This record gives sequence, structure tokens and C-alpha cells, in this order.
Amino acid sequence: MITSLLFYAFSLILVLSALGVITSRNPVHSALFLVLAFVQSAMLWLLLEAEFLAVVLVLVYVGAVMVLFLFVVMMLDINVEELRTGFTRYVPIGAAVAFVVVLEIGHVIWFRSQDVLAVATPEPYPAGYSNTQALGSVLYTEHVYAFELAAMILLLAIVAAITLTMRRRPGLKVQNIARQVAVRREDRVRLVKVDPASGAASSEKESRSASNKSLSESKKTRSASNESGTAAQDSSAGE
Amino acid sequence: MTELLALIESLLSFFGLPAWMVYVALTSTKIAIVLLPLILAVAYSTYAERKIIGFIQNRIGPHRVGWRGVLQPFADVIKMLLKEVIVPANANWLLFLLAPVLSLLTAFAAWAVIPFDPSFVIADIDAGLLYVLAVTSLGVYGVILAGWASNSKYAFLGAMRSAAQIVAYEIAMGFALVGVLMAGGSLNMGQIVEAQAGTSISRWFVWPLLPLFVVYFISGVAETNRAPFDVAEGESEIVAGFHVEYGGIAFGLFFLAEYANMILITALTSVLFMGGWLSPFAGVPGFAGTFLAEPHFAWLAMKMAFFGFCFLWFRATFPRYRYDQIMRLGWKVFIPVTIVWIAVEGVMVVAQVGPWSA
Repeated sequence: MITSLLFYAFSLILVLSALGVITSRNPVHSALFLVLAFVQSAMLWLLLEAEFLAVVLVLVYVGAVMVLFLFVVMMLDINVEELRTGFTRYVPIGAAVAFVVVLEIGHVIWFRSQDVLAVATPEPYPAGYSNTQALGSVLYTEHVYAFELAAMILLLAIVAAITLTMRRRPGLKVQNIARQVAVRREDRVRLVKVDPASGAASSEKESRSASNKSLSESKKTRSASNESGTAAQDSSAGE
Repeated sequence: MTELLALIESLLSFFGLPAWMVYVALTSTKIAIVLLPLILAVAYSTYAERKIIGFIQNRIGPHRVGWRGVLQPFADVIKMLLKEVIVPANANWLLFLLAPVLSLLTAFAAWAVIPFDPSFVIADIDAGLLYVLAVTSLGVYGVILAGWASNSKYAFLGAMRSAAQIVAYEIAMGFALVGVLMAGGSLNMGQIVEAQAGTSISRWFVWPLLPLFVVYFISGVAETNRAPFDVAEGESEIVAGFHVEYGGIAFGLFFLAEYANMILITALTSVLFMGGWLSPFAGVPGFAGTFLAEPHFAWLAMKMAFFGFCFLWFRATFPRYRYDQIMRLGWKVFIPVTIVWIAVEGVMVVAQVGPWSA
């Protein structure tokens, strides 16, 4: 009794938040409604004793994917009014897609209900049943090739995404941490011995040319490794 | 503890209440047994923080309220409760007020699966470790929403920094937990602790999983936005980060959540790597039969206190990381280290070497 009450409560919130996703004017609110919808469907899975799936849904979609969504949506200044200008123009095609989807869902439900007869409350599993274990034993035995294939595709997507951001534009300032760490005192600081007997003029001339030289050097290192802090020592060393 | 719960159960069934009401009452009692000391611990960890950092920096710390300042946390709480909660103009007030509640909720919810001693845990579920991962990953919503709903650029910048940091370190933490579940052979926290039982500390997971332990604890520090990873509230740049617009008890809730998360990390580290409630004297000749060899909550509390001290120690010792260094450490150092060690551990498990094979 309590289970079905909970089911209706969760489903009600799920449907309402799904409606909220498409009706809210603020894209951030839409994203948050989607989060609520995910959490509610995780709750429904919990009612079906599929605790692994429920927790993973929360972990992956709510904890990771939607956070990134929210990030992007919050940082972009999306003008909703502008997005809605073409509404009447796209109504027919949208309605057609919606009609097809509704038809498909109806067909599947009708098709399914032929052999199930009525949607009965699923029997509770015996105590000691572990959904996590059941999933694992199926994934790594029966469906191991499909599973590994999916994993490879995901890995490929990760590598591809990283490769896209790895391109070197001209003028891009990149830190080379290894080079920064490997810097020794001798590379940056140069002690110049000034002989007081030889006079100020000659030593000034020398130090000026030295500082000019070191300035151009420091520019070079700055563009190479982007360390203004240590490069500043360089020019002061010539004085 | 178990006797008390049994007493409540028998009392309630005596009055002829239906089974589900007895269950609800029992679970509520358990939650209260965990949460009330937790809130008290949060209050006193702020006191401990100020006293310990004071000691490290050669100061006295709070000493005016009560004997040596022991009532200082209560004074702070009363002050925060009495202050007005101000919602900024043009801020989204619903999300603004929801954000602290959300971060507190996730900080408390994860405690449901922490086993405190061999018989006491609120929810003894199979996927306990996964549940912890899922619930702690929700904590970032409180931060993001607070930053966005405040309608302030400093709050938003702080939220962005802290959210990126939490997301980055969560991955390393998750991988470290994968290592623990491979070693323990279970996702249930109680069984993970049982798997570490053995002579003294020899079978605690901290030894075979030492790199994962280090990564986990440092990621835990970063995950809770504590120093030296506290760029989210870098005082010198963005005042207080995501909660800059909050005052009164709304700020107090964020504060409570931060410390509850901190204590949660200490509890998780103790349970997953340091044998939880297990005694370090178990099986040591000379201690057999004495109370020192018995598993007890006190051992867990001591381990948690040690890690809690480490949190404060870090804060008093290390200068704040630069933001790009934080990201580098998370993505380019910790994640490869955990992946390599998981591979090594897989080989160890298959080759039957390591403490879990015996």
C-alpha cells in the first residue's frame, strides 16, 4: 500500500517537473527541473529494488552531467524570447514528431500489455537479492563484448574531446610545468661584479648593455614559459 | 545502543502500533542519535579549529565565553540565529534560500550508511559506497545554486571555482573508492570494515592501498573546499566566494554543511582505509581479552579525531594553492596515480598477493 502511494507521489512529481522543464522561461530553472525529474526516476527505480541503477542514475546524470549543463547554461546569456520567435513556423514539424513519438510509445505499451495482461505489482525479490551483483554477473559474462565495446566507444569519445582542445594556436600562452620546476638559480640570476676602480661610466655602460640583453632574454623566456615572477629577477640582476 | 533501540521497539509494539510506524519511529530515533552528536561535533570542531590554529600560530584563541572559551560555539550559533537573513535585490529568493538547505541535506544524508560500530548503522544497504559517492556528488548543487541565485559576480565566480574543483576531485575520489571496493570485495561499508579485521593493523587497507589513501584524503580536503584548496572563498580576491551574499543562519547552514562534510571525510577515511571501529590492539599478544582489543565506536572516534586534526594542521601550515595548480594536481597527478594503482591492485588480486587473499 505504502509502495503504491510512494509510486504515485514520485510519478506525480516526475511528471510535473518534466512539464516544468519545457514550460519554464528561465533555462536555469529548466535544468533544475530536469535534475528533479532525474532524482524522481531514480526513486522509482529504488521502488523496483534496482538500487544500483538508481544510485548510478543520480551519480552520473545528476552528479556529473547536469552539473556541466548548469555550468554552461548559467554562463551563457540565453535570450529565451529570441529562441521563441520561430515558434509558429516550427509548430507543424514539432507536432508531427510528437505525434509519431506518442504513437510509438502507445504501440509499445499496447504490445507489451498483450502478454503481461495487466500491469501487476512486481513481486518483491527475496531478502539477500543484490541488484548490483545481478547486474555485474550479467554484464561481465553474457554481455561482456557489448559492454567492452561500449566502454571502448566512451574512451574514444574522451580521447577525441581532449584532442579537440589540445590544438596549438599561434600566440597561445602555455605553461610548461616541468620547465618551471626544473629552473635553477643559475638560469635566472646572474651576479655581475662591478669594479669600483674602473669608474662609474664604464660599469654603467656595461650594466646597461647587460640589462638590455637580459631584458630581451627575459622576454624570450616569458613567451616560452610565462613566468613573469622569476623573469623580473633577471632584469634587476644587471644593476 | 542496541539495547536502547530494542527497548524502544518493544515499547512501541507493546502499545500495539502497526509495524511501519514502529519502523519509522525506530529510524527517526537512529537518525537523531547520529545527527545530534554530529551537530555538536560540528560546533566543537569550530572551537577546536580556532584553538588548535591559535596554538600553532602562538596565539590563545577564543577564551572569553565560558571557561577557556568552551561556550564560544554556542555564542556564535546564537549570534547567527538572531541575525537577519537578507535576500539580495533581484535575486531568485527561492533558489537563494534552497541552496543552503540543499548543501546541508547532502552533507547529512551521507551519514546514513556510515557504520559506527559492529551493530549500529542507520541504513545497512548493499550499495553503501556508491550511495556515498552519489550523495556527496550532489553537494555541488548547493554551491552552484548559491552562487547563481545571489545575483552577484563575486558569489558566481566563487561558485564556478568551487564547482569546477569539486567536479575535478570527485573523479580521483571515485577511483580511490574503486580500489577500496576491489580490496574489500563489497560495496557494503560494514563488510569493508570486516574485511580489514586481522592481527593489529596489518590488514587495514591503508597499507596495500597507500597511494589511494593519500589521494583520497587530499581529494577529501579539496572536495570540502578547505585550506590549502580554499580558492572558492579566497578572501583576498572574492571576499568569501559563493556565500558572500548570505548572512545570519543561511550562512550558518553553509558553515554547518562545510564542517559536517569535513567530519564525513574523516569518518570515510577511517572506515575505508583505517579499519573503522576495529581496534589496533586486536590479536596482539598481551592485549587479548582486555577491552583494548575489542572493536568499539571509540576507535572510530579516535581515528576521526586524528584526521580532523590533520585538516586543521593543513590549514595552519600550507599556503593556498594557485588555481591552475589545483586543477593540475587533480586532473594530471591524482587521476593517473589512481588509475595506475587500480591496475596494479587488479594484478595483485588476480595473483592472490595482498592481505585480501588470505
